[in-house]
Order: sequence, then structure tokens, then C-alpha cells
Amino acid sequence: MMHNSDEQTSQMTQRDSNPTSSQPINAGRLMSRVLLHLVLGSIALAFIMPLVWMVSTSAKPESQAASGRIALLPDPPSLLPATAADNYSRVWNDSTVQFPLYLRNTLIVASLSVVGMTFSSALVAYGLARIQWRGRGAVFVSVMATMMIPFPVLMAPLYLVFRELGWIGSLKPLWVPAWFGGAFNIFMLRQFFRGIPREIDEAARIDGCSHWGIFWRMILPLSRPALAVVALFHFIYVWNDFLGPLIFLTHRDQYTLALGLQLYQSQSGQTPWNLLMAASTLVVAPLLVLFVLTQRTFVQGGATEGLK
Amino acid sequence: MTRLSRETLVGLLFTSPWLIGSLAFMFLPMAMSLYYSFTDYPLLEPPLWVGLDNYKRLWSDDVFVRALTNTAVFALISIPLTTIIALVLAALLNARVLGRMKKFYQVAIFIPTLVPLVASAMVWSWLFNAENGLVNRLLALVGLSGPNWLITPQWAIPALLVMTLWGVGQAVVIYIAAMQDVPKSLYEAAELDGMGPVRRFTNVTLPMLSPVILFNVVVLAINTLQIFAAPYIMFRTKDGQNPAGLHYAMYLYDNAFVYLQMGYASAMAWLLLLATLVLTAILFVASRRLVYYHA
Repeated sequence: MMHNSDEQTSQMTQRDSNPTSSQPINAGRLMSRVLLHLVLGSIALAFIMPLVWMVSTSAKPESQAASGRIALLPDPPSLLPATAADNYSRVWNDSTVQFPLYLRNTLIVASLSVVGMTFSSALVAYGLARIQWRGRGAVFVSVMATMMIPFPVLMAPLYLVFRELGWIGSLKPLWVPAWFGGAFNIFMLRQFFRGIPREIDEAARIDGCSHWGIFWRMILPLSRPALAVVALFHFIYVWNDFLGPLIFLTHRDQYTLALGLQLYQSQSGQTPWNLLMAASTLVVAPLLVLFVLTQRTFVQGGATEGLK
Repeated sequence: MTRLSRETLVGLLFTSPWLIGSLAFMFLPMAMSLYYSFTDYPLLEPPLWVGLDNYKRLWSDDVFVRALTNTAVFALISIPLTTIIALVLAALLNARVLGRMKKFYQVAIFIPTLVPLVASAMVWSWLFNAENGLVNRLLALVGLSGPNWLITPQWAIPALLVMTLWGVGQAVVIYIAAMQDVPKSLYEAAELDGMGPVRRFTNVTLPMLSPVILFNVVVLAINTLQIFAAPYIMFRTKDGQNPAGLHYAMYLYDNAFVYLQMGYASAMAWLLLLATLVLTAILFVASRRLVYYHA
């Protein structure tokens, strides 16, 4: 959708800026166009600047990062590879805050939880979208209602439930609940499944397919884009989650990256800003790479969020 | 078995993950916390029934009142401001004359929404650092001496606002997508009626977008009331807590997991839930005349 309109816009601009165009560009319009680019350009710059500054700080020696000079590169710039390598290896190999371990934990939680969330949400969504049964409306209402419950409301009693189950001190509180589906994902997949033509079920049923067969062999393969959106957004959710790990994890060697980053900042003694920014860059970079690799899914996700 | 009841059984099976999960991880904990909110429960001892004591005590607890005020003030400023800025940015980015720079602007505004809150709070702690932060260095260039953003109480809410507005791209993307679904014919008709770009925005775009705007405002309101990670990292340091940076969910967390007062924390949790429901209801009722649902 966005691609189309981009093409349209670029065509229009070409037509507008065509020198042989019969209509001369009027000076006022040109001015307002320049102004628009100036405004959006400065806004775009302001939005990118924090990230640029984060990366820039991460590649400076400590004394320069903390100096009042405004410069993107270390002085002299030839220092860059050496200081960057030094800073990042100091972060990665820190003896008390173990980022390699936190990365491993985050990936364990993320993979278990993404698979569970995607599969279970699809299963429940199928039950709400493609099976006619009494009570389906009530279940759907309960899904919608829980979307409004803020996590802080649940956190204290949830801790007690997990303690009762003996999960405190393990990674389980962070991924097992995902296997029971998530309200928003169920809702989104239900909307998607409802859009798939009914005839598919009928044909499969005549061929002797059960509901499970229809779900597994027809609906899931047809819903790959929607499932990808759920998986991607849930992965990002897990990567970012701070409050869950803060409450449920008790040992440092179970920490996730988000929690580890905060630990790195708050550990005893002042962590220098250049190292803190190197650590932040390490946590942010995988998401930026993921974004570049999955741009199309992102755009679809963004558009479906609007449909809600 | 009749076909109807068989389908019911299959339906229950398919939805069973949700039925079990929501019971175990939502409805049961909520029922528990409703009960605990009427008890004194210091975690290590069994809960003791105290009636409405917790709810009464809250209002004479200065820290609670401060946390509540901070979050309420922040929400009152942040929700409208974020929405207006997101709509204006979306409208500007939707302008037909941007050409190939459009993609660049969009990506630039969207990228910060990918940054995890913890990292984003960390980066802004550095930018807002009093002596060496970039914000104050830039202010010094024009001869201003910037405040101690994270320590001075008056600047806590503005600093948090800037940090959260950095993530406005999420809403911008949703509004742009919604704007592209508005039929072109409506704009053509408005143009024929002699409307300029501003009136086309207020008279065509806004009404057509109103359901999406309402939904986003509701989600934003729910999320703003429970703000935790960003103020926790920016305003709570080894040197202590900036009182103006203490938010509702942070104090709820403190009561539950630092002071181990599960009863008191549960009362706070139920008040937060009530506040969320009331705010959502207000938004829906207040917008009834403003939202235009087209077929």
C-alpha cells in the first residue's frame, strides 16, 4: 500500500518538476514546499540524533565522551577502530554483568515464547472465527475485556501464583504464559481468519477433514503473513520487556538483556557513559537489523494495528 | 452426540489454551488481589482481614498521593500532546509533494520506536545529563545554561515527555496507513469546494480517521497510566529517587516487592484498574459525538 503511493508521489513530483511542464511553478508554492522539507528534515534529524549520539559516544575514549566538545568522531578520528573495539569488548567481557549470558537467556525466552504465542493464539482464534458453537461470544468478550487490564494490576498476585507453582527463580514465568495465547494476537488472527473464504472449509470437510485438519493444513498455511506479524511483534515484546524479568527473575545469571542493561547502569561504582552507550547499542542493534530484514512484515503489522 | 454439541466440544478444545491461561494468569490473580486488598499481607505471614483499611490509608500516604498526581499530570499532558503531534506528523508525511525524501522522513521517525524502553531511557539519561549531556551542550552553544533535567523536580515531567514523544512514530505509522484509506474522491470534492490543506485536514481527514484515533487514544491512555520502565531508569538512581519522577506503577512495585506489603499493593492495583476502566469509559462516551463510523 505504501509502495504504491510512493510510486504515485514520485511520479507526481517528476511531473511537477518537469521543466517543459506547461504550468510554471508558482513562487509561493515552491516556498511552502521548501519550508515543508525544512521542517520535516529538522524533525527527522532530531529523531535520529539520539541514536547517532549513542553510537558516537560508544566509540569514544571515556575522557572524550565526558568532555564538553560536540563531535561525532573521537579526536583524532584514527582512534575510532581501536577505542570502539576496546569499549565493546570491555562491555561484552565484563565479569559481573555478563551480556553473552543475558543474550542467551533472552533468546531462550524469546524462541519458546514466540512459538507458543503464535501457535496458541492461532488455535484460539480458529475456535473463535471458524467454528460455530454456543459460548463462543462469551469467550470472545473475555478476550476483548482482558486487553484493558494493565500488567501492574496483575504483577503482585501473579508473583504469588508463580511462587506457588515453584517457577520463581526460573525462566518459566517469562515464557509459559505465552503458550496460552495473547488477547490482542487472538483478536488480530480472528479478524484475519474470518476473511478467509468459507468455501475452503466446506471443500475440506467434504474431503473428510476434521477441524484440526482444516486448521493445520488450510488456515495456517494461508495465514503466513498474519502469523509472521504476531511472531515478529511478540519477539520484540520479549526483547524489550523489563518489568516481567525485574519481578520474576531472582538470580543474575538468569537475567535478560533489558534487565542486564539496567544492572550495568546501576551496579556499584559509576559505569562510564561510553561503555553504557556501547551496551545500549548492543541491545538496540539486533532489533534494527531485524527491522531491515522484515520491513514488509513491519508495514503490514503497522497497518493491521490500525484496523484494531 | 448431536452435531451442535460436538461443535461446542471442538470449540472449547480449540479455545482451551485461552480459557485455562486467562483463568490461571488473569482472573485468578485478579480475584486474589481483590481479596488481598482487604487484608494486611506482609508476604511472609498469612493475610489478615482489615476491611477497607488499605483503601483509607492510601489517601493519607503522601508518597501515594504524589505518585498518583505525577502520573495523572503526565497522562493529562502526554495523551493529547502525543496524539496531536502524531496526527500533524502523519499529515505532513502524507503530503503529496515530498517525493523521494518521504521514505527517509518516515523511517527516521519510525526507527526510535524500535529502541527498547530500557535502552531508550538509558540514551535519554545520557542526553539529559546535567554536565555533559548533548541537550545541555547544545543549549550552551546558544548561551543558555540547561537545567539538571533528571534531578530537578520541575524538569522531570518535561524530560519524560520528550523521551516518550521520541516514540511517537508508532502512532504516526498507524495514522499514515489510515489516511491512505481515505477515499481520494472526498479530497477532490473538498478541493472543489475551495478548501485549503488545513480545512481538508480538519473537515475530511480527522472525521474519517476518528475511529482509529479513538482506538489509539484508548490504548495510549491505558499504557500511560501504567508507565514504569522509563521513569524507573531515568529518575531512580543510586543517589535516590527524584520525587517528581515517581509514578504510580513504580510505587505499586515498591509496595509489592520492596516493602512486601501485598495487601496495600493490591489495593493500589485495583484502584489502577478502576482508573483505567473509568478513563476508557469517559473516552468512549465523550467521543460519541466526535467519532464518525463509516460503513
